[in-house]
Parts: sequence; C-alpha cells; structure tokens
Amino acid sequence: MSEVMAPMQGAHSDGLVEIEALPPLGQIALRCEFSDDYRAKLTGLLGLGFPEPLKATAEGERALLWMSPDELLLLLPYDEVPGMLARLEETFPNWILLAADVSDMRAHFRLRGPHLRDVLSKITPADMAPGAFAPGDLRRSRLAQVAAGFWLRGPEEAQVFVFRSVADYAFRAMSVAAEPGGEVGFHPA
Amino acid sequence: MSTRLAKGGRFTDRSKQIGFTFNGKRFTGFAGDTLASALLANDQMLLGRSFKYHRPRGLVASGAEEPNALVGLGQGARFEPDQRATTTELFDGLVADSQNHWPSLEFDVGEVNAALARFLPAGFYYKTFLWPRAFWKHLYEPVIRQSAGLGKAPHPEVRDADRYEHFHAHVDLLIVGGGVAGLQAAKAAGAAGAQVLLIEQGAHWGGRVPVDGGSIDGMAPEDWVTKTVAELEAMDNVRLRLRCMGAGVYDHGYALGYERVTDHKPGARGPRHRLWRIRCKQILAATGAIERPLSFAGNDVPGVMLASALRDYVVNYGVSAGDRTVVVTNNDDGYRTAIALKQAGLDVPAILDARPLGGGALMGEARALGIRVEPGRGIAKVLGGKRVTGVATCLQAGEGAVLEEIPCDAVAMSGGWSPVVHLWSHCGGKLAWDEAGAFFRPDPSRAPTGADGAPFVSVAGAANGAFHLSDTLAEAEKAAVAAAEALGHKASEAAPQAEATKEAPLAPVWLMPQGAHAGLRMKAFLDYQNDVKVSDVQLAAREGYESVEHTKRYTTLGMATDQGKLSNINGLAVLSDALGTPVPQVGTTTFRPPYTPISFGAIAGEARGEIFQPLRRTPMHDWHESNNAAWEPVGHWRRPYCYPRPGETKHDAVKREIKSTRQSLGILDASTLGKILVKGPDAGRFLDMMYTNMMSTLPVGKCRYGLMCSENGFLMDDGVVVRLSEDSWLCHTTSGGADHVHAHMEDWLQCEWWDWKVLTTNLTEQYAQIAVVGPNARNLLEKLGGMDVSKETLPFMQWADGTLADTPVRVYRISFSGELSYEIAVPANRGRAFWGKLLEAGAEWNITPYGTEALHVMRAEKGFIMIGDESDGTVIPQDLGLSWAISKKKEDFLGKRAQAREDMARGDRWQLVGLETLDGTVLPDGAYAIAPGRNANGQRNVQGRVTSTYWSPTLEKGIAMGLVKHGPERMGEVLAFTAEDQDPTDEKPSVVEARIVSPVFYDPEGEKQNV
Amino acid sequence: MLSLHCPCCGIDAAEIELAPGGEAHLKREGPGSSDADFETYLFTRDNPRGVVLERWRHAYGCGKWFLAARDSVTMEVYGTYAAQTHSPPQEILDRIARRHPDRAQSA
Repeated sequence: MSEVMAPMQGAHSDGLVEIEALPPLGQIALRCEFSDDYRAKLTGLLGLGFPEPLKATAEGERALLWMSPDELLLLLPYDEVPGMLARLEETFPNWILLAADVSDMRAHFRLRGPHLRDVLSKITPADMAPGAFAPGDLRRSRLAQVAAGFWLRGPEEAQVFVFRSVADYAFRAMSVAAEPGGEVGFHPA
Repeated sequence: MSTRLAKGGRFTDRSKQIGFTFNGKRFTGFAGDTLASALLANDQMLLGRSFKYHRPRGLVASGAEEPNALVGLGQGARFEPDQRATTTELFDGLVADSQNHWPSLEFDVGEVNAALARFLPAGFYYKTFLWPRAFWKHLYEPVIRQSAGLGKAPHPEVRDADRYEHFHAHVDLLIVGGGVAGLQAAKAAGAAGAQVLLIEQGAHWGGRVPVDGGSIDGMAPEDWVTKTVAELEAMDNVRLRLRCMGAGVYDHGYALGYERVTDHKPGARGPRHRLWRIRCKQILAATGAIERPLSFAGNDVPGVMLASALRDYVVNYGVSAGDRTVVVTNNDDGYRTAIALKQAGLDVPAILDARPLGGGALMGEARALGIRVEPGRGIAKVLGGKRVTGVATCLQAGEGAVLEEIPCDAVAMSGGWSPVVHLWSHCGGKLAWDEAGAFFRPDPSRAPTGADGAPFVSVAGAANGAFHLSDTLAEAEKAAVAAAEALGHKASEAAPQAEATKEAPLAPVWLMPQGAHAGLRMKAFLDYQNDVKVSDVQLAAREGYESVEHTKRYTTLGMATDQGKLSNINGLAVLSDALGTPVPQVGTTTFRPPYTPISFGAIAGEARGEIFQPLRRTPMHDWHESNNAAWEPVGHWRRPYCYPRPGETKHDAVKREIKSTRQSLGILDASTLGKILVKGPDAGRFLDMMYTNMMSTLPVGKCRYGLMCSENGFLMDDGVVVRLSEDSWLCHTTSGGADHVHAHMEDWLQCEWWDWKVLTTNLTEQYAQIAVVGPNARNLLEKLGGMDVSKETLPFMQWADGTLADTPVRVYRISFSGELSYEIAVPANRGRAFWGKLLEAGAEWNITPYGTEALHVMRAEKGFIMIGDESDGTVIPQDLGLSWAISKKKEDFLGKRAQAREDMARGDRWQLVGLETLDGTVLPDGAYAIAPGRNANGQRNVQGRVTSTYWSPTLEKGIAMGLVKHGPERMGEVLAFTAEDQDPTDEKPSVVEARIVSPVFYDPEGEKQNV
Repeated sequence: MLSLHCPCCGIDAAEIELAPGGEAHLKREGPGSSDADFETYLFTRDNPRGVVLERWRHAYGCGKWFLAARDSVTMEVYGTYAAQTHSPPQEILDRIARRHPDRAQSA
C-alpha cells in the first residue's frame, strides 16, 4: 500500500457509464478578488487562461476551475503542490490572497460513456442538457444528498468531485444511477 | 355474466395467452389486458368489499378513477396493497388477492355492518366512541384497529426487492396527457421549436377518442394517433413517455411525473418506478375528463358500471360486462355505449334517459339499431345482491314508484363528464362552474402563476370542458401555440379538421329519481370505497355542516384512495341541494398532489440501504471497521464509540481504553474536528467578533481555547484557535459544527462586514487528525523521529510544523483528556498510513486506540464541557464557569449585547458543578434535582439537572456534571435527583442523592498535561 | 419548489440547492443599544402576507449569500440582488410597485 491514498482509490464500476476514482491529484484553493491585476498575475504564473464564470480552463495536467466569484480551484500533479504554493507566495507578496493545499480534501471521479447526461440527471437537479451544460462547463450542485462539482471535460466525459468523507457515498450513488436497465433515453446519446 | 367476446380488443393480442392467479385461482388472459379486463373476461365481477359496510364491490371504471377494484398485488418482497386492477397491466405469473374481507370474498362476516347501515350514519364513529372515555383504550380502539385500514401493510421485516430512481428533467413545455389533445399540442409546440415532454399515464396513446369515434383529417382516430405519434417521435425536441403520470404541479414550474418503468414486466432489469422531477416553463394539462356515476338505489351492486368503462372493455379488450345491459343516462354520450354494445352483438334491453325529451342524433342512431329508448325515465332501484339481476324503472320526475322491472346482468350509467382539473388546481388555479355541462372547469382569469407572475399552467381538450372532437383539437392547438409563443417561439395555428356527432345538452341529475324517498337515498352511493350515501351528505347538512371541507371530513366523502374522482361533484351537488346554496357557492374541496397514489419507493429513489443517507468517513474508517469499532453517529460522521475485543462488552472496552490511555498511551481519530482557515488583514479583528475571547493578540505559534456564541448570547461552538502566521488563523470547531460555523463566518463576512478583508476556507477534510495521548505520548513521537517535540521546544498550547516518520505533520500540544497529548494533523491521503505507523511504533507502550466514549469520560473527569451536553442552546458561557474565556476588554463580539440582558445577568441562573452520588453509582442522564414545592401543573419544582454522567474507571465511581441553581456557592450540599422513569406527578418519587463538588475530578492542577 | 436566480454565479438554483436565511436588511444592534432596539433586531419579524425581502445562500453552489424580493402568497419573484446592499435596487422596487401600487411608498 502506498503511503499516499486518494479516497476510494482504485474504485471502478462499469454500467451505463464507466466510473473510476482518480488517483491523488494536486489541488490548491485560491481565494482573491478577480480584478485585472490578480487575473494577469495568476494567468502568467499558471500558464492557464482565466476561466469564465461556471467554466474551467485546462492545459496538460493543469486546470483552473471557477468555483465562485472569488474562488478558484487549481488542479495540478500532486507532487507539484508545495512548489506552486511557494511560487504563489512569491508572486503575491502581501496581496490579499488565500492559497491553501486542498489536495486531500476532495475525491475526483471520471465518468465516461454515451449515457453520461442521463445518469447524472438521476442524481443532480442541475440541468444536464447539451444546451445548458457544454464541454468546459463547471457546475456546482447536489449529487443526491451531498454537494458536488460537475466538470464536463468532453461530450461523453465528466469529472465529478465531492468532499472526501462522502466519496464512498458518491461512488455508490453514481454506480446505482448507472446500473444497466436504467436507460432513460432523455438526453441525446 | 361477463365474458370474452369472440373478437375485438384494440389492446389485446389473442395469440399471447397469459396466466395469472386471483385469490388462489388460476386464470388466463391475453397480452395487453389489464388485470381488470382479464378478471372481467373470466366472469370475476366481485373484486372486493367496501370499507365500512363490507358490501360486495365490483369494477366501476376502466382507468385511474376506479374506487373498488383494489387488490393486494405480488408476494413477499414484492407485495403491495391497494393496487388498482384497472391500471395494472397483466403479466405472466401475476398474483393478486382481494382485500377487506373476512373470511372470504364471497362470504364476509363484516357484511352485518351493511344490515346495520341505518344505525351507522355519517359521523357515527365520532358520535359513538366519545363516551365513556374508559372504553376507548380497551374496547373501541382494538376493535377499530382490527377493522380499520384498506388492504394490509407489507410485513415490516420484508425489504422491497425492487429499485427506484429519480430523474431531473428541464424542459420548456410539459404536456400531461397523451390523448388527441395532448398529441396535437405536442405536435404544434414541437413544430414551433419548443423543448417538449409529453407524458401519458396509460400504456397507449390516443386516450378515449379511438373508442368514442369520429374522424380527424378524414382518418379514423386510431390511424391519426399512429401517424401523429410517428411524427412526434421524429422530432428531436419532443420526448414521449408512456406509463408516466403527471402526479403534481408545484411552485415555479416544478412538476412530478411518476413513471412505472417495469411494473408490467417484473424481473426485467432496471428500476421499477422512476420519479420525474421536472422543471419547466409552461405546463399544458390535457388530462381529459372522468365520467360521473348516477345516484340511484343499488348503484353499487356489482355489474353497475360507468357507461364509458363498459364501452372501453368491449372496444379495447373485447370483454363484455354482461349479456344484457340497461343503459341509464342524462346525456348523449351514454348512447355511445348502447351502440357499441349492440354492434358487438350484445343485448341492450333499454336506454333510460332521464331527460324528458331524450337526446339528439345519437338517440336516433340507437333507435335505428332497434334499441328501446325511454325518455324521462330512471332507475328506482337495482335488483340483485352480489350481481345485478335487473332494474326497476321509474319516472325521473317522481318518487320512485316502480313502472317496470327489466331483467339484465349489467347496468351502464352516465351522469355526464367532469374535467380532470387536478393539475390546474394543485398550484392555485381556480375553477368556474359550467352551468350547461354541470361541471367545474379551469377559470382562465385565475390561473396558477409562476416566478414571473404570469400564468404557467394551461388546460386543453376535455380537461377544459371541450368535449366535441373538433373543439378538443382546436383548443389543444391554440393552447400549444400560446405556450410556444410565451416561450418566445413563433408558431402558427393549423388544427386538423375533425368530425364527430353533435350532442344534445345534458340535464343535471344529482339524484335518481329526483324525489327519491329515504329508503332509496340510503342505498344511493356517492363514494363507493368509503360507503358514503346521498343520505349521509343530507344528514351532515341537517346537522349544520355547511362547508364542503367539513362535510368531507365528517362523512369521509372523497377521502378514500381515489380521492373523490367519481364522488366529489355528485356529493357537493347533493350538499348544495340540501343547503339550498348554488353549487359554485358551495365550492370544491382542495385538490392536492399526487393525482393518484405513488409508491414510497419512487419518492425515496436511490436513497435506501447503504445510501439511505450519506455517511461521512474519516481516512481511517476502514481500519476502524476492520478492528470491530462500535459506531457512534456524530452528525453524518460515523466515529468509533469504542473497539470491543472478543468477549468484551462495550462498557469493558471503554474502561480498558481509558485505563491504557491514562497509564501509558492511547490514540484517537480526531479527523472529524472542524478546521477553518481564516486569513487576511482584518482576520484578527474578525475573529475577535466571532469568539468571546481575544484572538487578535494570540502570538504566532500558539493555541488558545475559544468560545463562539450566537447573537442571542448562547454558547454555539468551541475549539482551539491556532495562530498560523501574522495574517492567518486556523479555527478548530466541534465535529458536528464545522459546516455550520464556516457558513456562520461567511454569513457575517458577506452580509454584515463585507468591506473587511478576510478570506476563509473550510479545510476540515484536508487533514487526518490524530490525538496521541498519555504519559508515553512524547516517547512515541520521539521514536518516530523527525522533529523536536520536547517540552522546551513544543510546550503546552503551542504548535509546530515538521515531519514525523517521514510524514509531513503539524503538531499541536493540546489536551482534551488532561494527559500529555499531541494532536497531529497529516494530509488526509497519508492518514491511514500514518495511523499504521503510530500503531506499529507504539506497540511497546501498549498503544490503545480509543473511541468517543473514552474521550467523553476523560474530558468529564477533567471537567471540560462538551457542546451539546453542557450546552443546549439556552446556556451562556457564564453558566459554565467560563467567564475567564470572555474578554472584558473587547467593545463588541457576537453575543456580548445579549449577555448584558437582564435575564442573562441575573444571579440565580443554573450553573455548572460536579456531582457525585453518595453511593458511588452513576446518576441518570438528564435527571432533575428536586426542589421543595410544586409548580402550577402539580409537578415537583426543580433546581438543576444532570448534563453529563459517566462511570469513571480512573476514579472507580460515578461522576457527573450538571447545572444547579447557585451551584458553585453550594459546594458539599446534597441534592435529590429523580431516579430513572419517574413520573413527576408522583407523590413520593424515588430519588438518587448526590453531592455538589468541583467539576474537575482529575488532576485539578493540570500537572499531567503540562509535562 | 422555488427556483431562484443566484446573482453571484448566474445559476437558476432549485430550492434544494439553497439554504434560507430569514429576513433581509436587518440592522445589527450591538453593545450599548437599548433593550427595545436589541429585541427588535433579534426577534421582531414582519413575516408579511405579500412582499418579503429575504436572505438565501447558494449553499450547494457558489456558497454566496444573496437577497430575494418575493411574494409570499403568489411566489412571484421580483428579483434577486447582492447581499452587500442596504435596500433593494430601484428596478426591483419598481417591479414591486407595479404589482402593489398601494405599497409603493413603504417599499
């Protein structure tokens, strides 16, 4: 057993969609004003576009997720977190910015398959129709009874994240929603 | 007798036989049958017994409005009571049993109630069982419980074998009802470009029109339906759903659909039911209409059915309810049944038309087929008991003098049609009385309105009282176009051309004959399931029940599982007549969702078993589980209560855990403690407002215990606050309090002090936190190595970052047990591995994982308070001897003003003390300290209560904390506490005596934790 | 079930994504305030039949508080707006006034 274990690491289920828990992922919570000077410095440091509201930008193994009007979630390789926190410190000396390592706080799952939108619609009240939720969009809402983030990474691929304590619950709830025989045929496959 | 006809049946496939069982008898039906049609085909007319009189009951209807044919369906883990046979699709191996009878359906003991009917009028139960009071508990209640309830509940230990789910759908337009109106509306709105969801409760599209006849665009209705469904299926923006009932309409365009996914094919993979949680901008109800029964004596005898139902069974299933059917009607539509029966080769001895001059063109058609039509006539009474054997006719205008007896084995009754206005009404739509049709219809000037203040529900077709086919379609088209335009689409009307026979007006008939004498009125049923008769409603009116809502509850009219679908209009017309008040003034009862009952499984959805509710797990959860942890719920968290070893009770385990920890070394999974990072130039100022004590002056590197109060002054949460750097603090909260406290902080930052420069984030789940506790705690950490944890470098109430056993850690020297103690935070992904390292390295000191109970006992031994035990939302810190943690210097903090209120400052508040029983036993939890005298309710006065109480293995006696009036000033005094299970009104309750002592029972000088 | 537009992130949130927070625009009374003022601040709520100004938190979404002007009878939403204000914006007041001409002065 590795010393570093992501929640539900190795969990996998294969129903109407394929669901897998992702291995440890570097995550940094960033809270600050989204004014031009902060944007410019952040995009310069991260090499990522600044996401529009309710969207995410991604480049290679890095991504920047718009979480709220003053909060971003930076995704990067797990081992790069201490270095990135140090560089943030250097880049924003005495600026009003909160950067915290939250790599261990959330569990991420990858969902893939043509029934993706139908499966998600069983457990979230958020509108999963193509016109309301397009690749690149990020929606924070409910996954059954817990809070979750839904990031559509491609036409048939989503990254779903929840707090680690409920990773087991979320995995089970998603797996039940994806049980074969539960095809709905509401969203275009 | 009822039987399968030689041919016919739109829905049935005679090439596929299906076997099923009813009351243990094997029958066969065809694919496409409902349970009702298959039973009828097997001459099983008697299907159940009524609720109150246990009268024999047969089928009345063919759809969702059926009040009688309720059965227990399935067996074991799939048993469900009160299922309507008319909406149950037949499948191979179906098992059904009739309900509400004993010992058998054919012979029922309860039928004596029917003989006593005249002694069981409306309100009988209310009047009779009031007195004498003593009879209630031992006589009335057991008897009523025995006979109450319809059907039997599934066995409590049996778990439903099926699964259920929800589905959230967002659409522009929801159309409910897949008859021709719904189909035409979907076509029009779909063509205009709206996102449309069309749902139909039954298994077939087209509704009634294919049975009732006419033509659409020159086509037979059936062909038009097939063509239109194909067109809709080709539209990407239109979704169609059969077997999906529109259950309810709620605020802001929210609606529920109830889809029965696999009821008709049990054993199929997939969920049994799916609850559609629909958010839409517009709703169009095309829900049709329901035929009304006529109120004549014996209208509940099996074989008396709605005229439309008889027609449905013949046309849709090729089943006749009887060979000779008398039709009784007050409108032209009833004639359609006579014509359909005649055309199927069945005998219709007479049509009794209550209208003095009879009907229009359909009457002509019937006469042309050789059917005898008797205008101005009605039924005086039905002959027969368990089955119709004939009818006695009379003048509708008279009092029931019999003119003639006509032998028959079925009666088709038609009292006119009532629009299904439920969905319009659920969210506030009002109704208007239609004098000509004698029904309530939606009043378009008082529509349900949505978030924008504009109407969001419209109604079309028969649901709106548009009964003629061409009106139905034209209206549907118009409503759909209006809805599409309201959604911003361009649409043009193009209703199809329809033809159907024009009907003569109906004559309202609320009682047959109109002057029926009391003997007849007592046998004229309004509500078949609840046995409410015309005479009952009249009695209620005489007794002063003027409001329709009161009459409903008094008589139980419309309170059965069918919710008055057949009985409401007839009942309130009778009430209106009895009161001499016009129907519209009497009004209707409230329509509430769901339209027909929906399963609990559908409501629960996926929330059952392992995922009934989310359980929060710490990073070490799996270890706890595999080491036999007994669990304690803390909010949604599951924390180990203790870890019993083989042969140990929980009590033994707790004792062992405490002793090991106090004597050597224990570890606790404290990951659930809340951890909130607060940062920014104004963070110190902000925390000074949040906490009662001063946090801005806390030096970097130090820890301070803090109290948080609400604006009410009451203690809300507590925990250790840590100064991480010049501008950042980490606030620990209680396990249950993290989310709440974080939300509380954000509330003040966002809504009150929004110009303060403070940023917060909830880091609770980022860290696994482990308390290493006991005299050997330092030895263990030094063995792991990597940082200096000596008293000099890391004294009590300080913290340090470092590594231990190659794991990055933050170590806090804090103690909730009174022992030498370190709380170690590690990144959660490393928590499980680090826990393992501690256990391995600690083996030489008998390292003992302990649970929440040991934690509680050890903190109580030290006199530390616990939020939720010593505090309950009415306790201020001053009550708990915590004045030292309340800053006198600060001008303001949350709760400061409230704590200055007179009631908070009064001297005789109950205050925290320790308690020891004189005999060393454990005080009952929550016990009250008795004071002299009694209060106004005759209860003993009290002067305090127990807040925490435990057996202390360290001190080998019971210890407790409590709040006592003037407590701290009364050290050494002995109080009497109520023993367990005491009635406070007892003259001499037994008591437990306890002495007031200091709440710090163990190491009062704090020498052990500060080493 | 209500649906409210979160002005902070732009989502139309369902009621099950929101947490209610009671009456909006309360004026905090701290130390030094009179008993009467403090009582009003803590306990006295209008709870009217009709127009209500209330606090909501987009708890399952962006986490931000916002304010809503809503009719407690018809459920009509006159608008949602930022929590960092002392009264509703003029356009929302206008919308309320159009629906409730008698209330135009007091709103």
